[in-house]
Amino acid sequence: MSGRDAILGRLKRRLEREGDLESARADEVARRLDDAPAGIIPARGQLPGGERIALFQRMAEAVQASVEHVAAMADVPKAIAHQLSQRNLPAAVRIGADAALAAMPWEASAPLEVRHGPSDGNDLAAVSHALAGIAETGTLVLASGTDNPTTLNFLPDLHIVVVEAGDIDGDMEAVLARIRRKFGKGTMPRALNMVAGPSRSADIEQTLILGAHGPRALHVVIVGG
Amino acid sequence: MQMRSPRFRENAREALDNAQLQRALTNVETNFVGKRKAAADALPEFEALRDKARDIKNHTLEHLDLYLKAYEKKVIEAGGHVHWAETAEDARRIVLGICKRVNAKTVTKGKSIVSEEIGLNEHLSANGIQPVETDLGEYIIQLRGEAPSHIIAPAVHVNKSEVETEFRRAHTHLDPNRNLEEPETLLNEARAILRQKYFDAEVGITGANFLIAETGSSVIVTNEGNGDLTQTLGKVHIVLATLEKVTPTLEDVSQILRVLARSATGQDTSVYTTFSTGPRRPEDPDGPEEYHVVLIDNGRSSMLGGDYQDMLRCIRCGACMNHCPVYHAIGGHAYGWVYPGPMGAVLTPSLTSIDEAGHLPNASTFCGRCESVCPMRIPLPKMMRHWRTREFERHLQPASTRFGLGLWAFFARRPALYRAATGLMVRTLGLFSGKRGRFASMPFASGWTKYRDLPAPEGKTFQQMWAERKDAA
Ligand code: SF4
Repeated sequence: MSGRDAILGRLKRRLEREGDLESARADEVARRLDDAPAGIIPARGQLPGGERIALFQRMAEAVQASVEHVAAMADVPKAIAHQLSQRNLPAAVRIGADAALAAMPWEASAPLEVRHGPSDGNDLAAVSHALAGIAETGTLVLASGTDNPTTLNFLPDLHIVVVEAGDIDGDMEAVLARIRRKFGKGTMPRALNMVAGPSRSADIEQTLILGAHGPRALHVVIVGG
Repeated sequence: MQMRSPRFRENAREALDNAQLQRALTNVETNFVGKRKAAADALPEFEALRDKARDIKNHTLEHLDLYLKAYEKKVIEAGGHVHWAETAEDARRIVLGICKRVNAKTVTKGKSIVSEEIGLNEHLSANGIQPVETDLGEYIIQLRGEAPSHIIAPAVHVNKSEVETEFRRAHTHLDPNRNLEEPETLLNEARAILRQKYFDAEVGITGANFLIAETGSSVIVTNEGNGDLTQTLGKVHIVLATLEKVTPTLEDVSQILRVLARSATGQDTSVYTTFSTGPRRPEDPDGPEEYHVVLIDNGRSSMLGGDYQDMLRCIRCGACMNHCPVYHAIGGHAYGWVYPGPMGAVLTPSLTSIDEAGHLPNASTFCGRCESVCPMRIPLPKMMRHWRTREFERHLQPASTRFGLGLWAFFARRPALYRAATGLMVRTLGLFSGKRGRFASMPFASGWTKYRDLPAPEGKTFQQMWAERKDAA
């Protein structure tokens, strides 16, 4: 007997009570997987537009992300060039194939150099376009793929994330609904990264230090609003 | 991992005498307790979410076989592989098989407690494959040749100067005169060394906080980002998870996530919450080429439907040990196996044997703090008491304990005598304690009073007070 059959058989024997119908249990499980009922959603996330964005910003800053606002996508490259020079970083970023990022007027911010594709670990700064934001925790949601390669989220020292104000939801459940709309029910991108603040560790005497293995800094650019 | 629980008493005594350890342990209480409380207080829905989290897990456990089958189907649909391991040995064999097939020489590892449980590192090393722990705490204790002493802060027993000593010993290619005074410099040194390992390793192994039946995803939560680099840069990603990690839907995971980080570190959320579903897709520019999940039983299925089923709700947040006076006094290593503190005192005898770990449930003052903070509302004291009874029935306790408890049972079954005897005892002790109201030492109980004061009884027994209250009401 395979390990699978042995384990599943043992579980079934221990779980099934006299008179239980396998089909009734199966129906209950199938229903729950289909319905995906929402549970308790904190009131904190249920704020109207402007206040929701303000909450997102407050929560992100509380976990040591820096946040700035720009009016339109076209303003992003200039803001990024400014960030890099303020942090004494070379004027170079890596981006994926994301259409919104590609359409930005990068040339106007010369001498900013733009590299494309996944990171090989030699980039100091990368720019991603978030699928969504979660206001209740100041979290950014990023989906893997050619548009925004996963390596950009973790290898560079500075991770800059562009998020459109309209994509910032109040709570995690609203973002889960968004994911279902985009990828289909029961389907996920290969990696879905939720990111709240830069990487950190408290493993040495419980002292909090930023920049453990992932980015040392996380900068969020909120567009519109 | 080698089992040292039968030596619990000796381990505890050594821990209490270890000044270095005692200094390190003060960090547990000062850091975790206040942070958890602040985070819980800041979310009005926190208590209701705990109920919800408990209910979700209870429901899942009732249908564990069916949710596992649904989960497996989705993993396969996404191009991943599911392996079923009945025992630790099966799990080690499966992982080694995958590593050998891809000719792995180095394997990076994100933090996984079940990897400790199954003794994976020793097995890989013995077969010529180098496992590299990448979580900073895990990396430190791997260099020291130790086991974790806490389930979320594995190196909490280590002081900064000990980390420095270890790094100087291990990183011999670096300037011996470099300055390693600050925690930042230590972290940066580890970061630089491990960066290269992620690229070198053929296989990355992580644990899982959740497996999602609805989508076939595995979820890890970390603060360092090491788990993500581990699973993104290797050619193969192996997920190690025990059966009870399966959770029905994304919404259910969201509910439990809201109590997990708050209970563990007092964060509203961990820095990285990552949902991984299958290997790299045709159009993907990065990510692993193969995705494997090893579903490990190793004793879980036998807990189902029994006295300890509630323990399968545990999400490994560590709150119970962070709030445990016994853990604060002796640390995690004294428990002698992978799982310390109250959760370990219940889980270890369930997963190993009462002969080896039957002492552990005695390591409790039954103060109840563990249950009061457990996000999954696991009745830890009740289950420890249950183990005690079983251990007693099997006459596994040393003769002196058995005699003491036997005596108590003798009185307890004779209520009038019990009241008389305890009343006398309480008054006598009250007289002898003097003005301080505490005993710094007591005959027959020096093992207890050496490390703590025993509060003197304040004149009345519980039963007397109870009777008075009832009369007053
Ligand atoms: S028993 Fe409860 S408090 Fe302890 S680790 Fe498990 S979930 Fe956390």
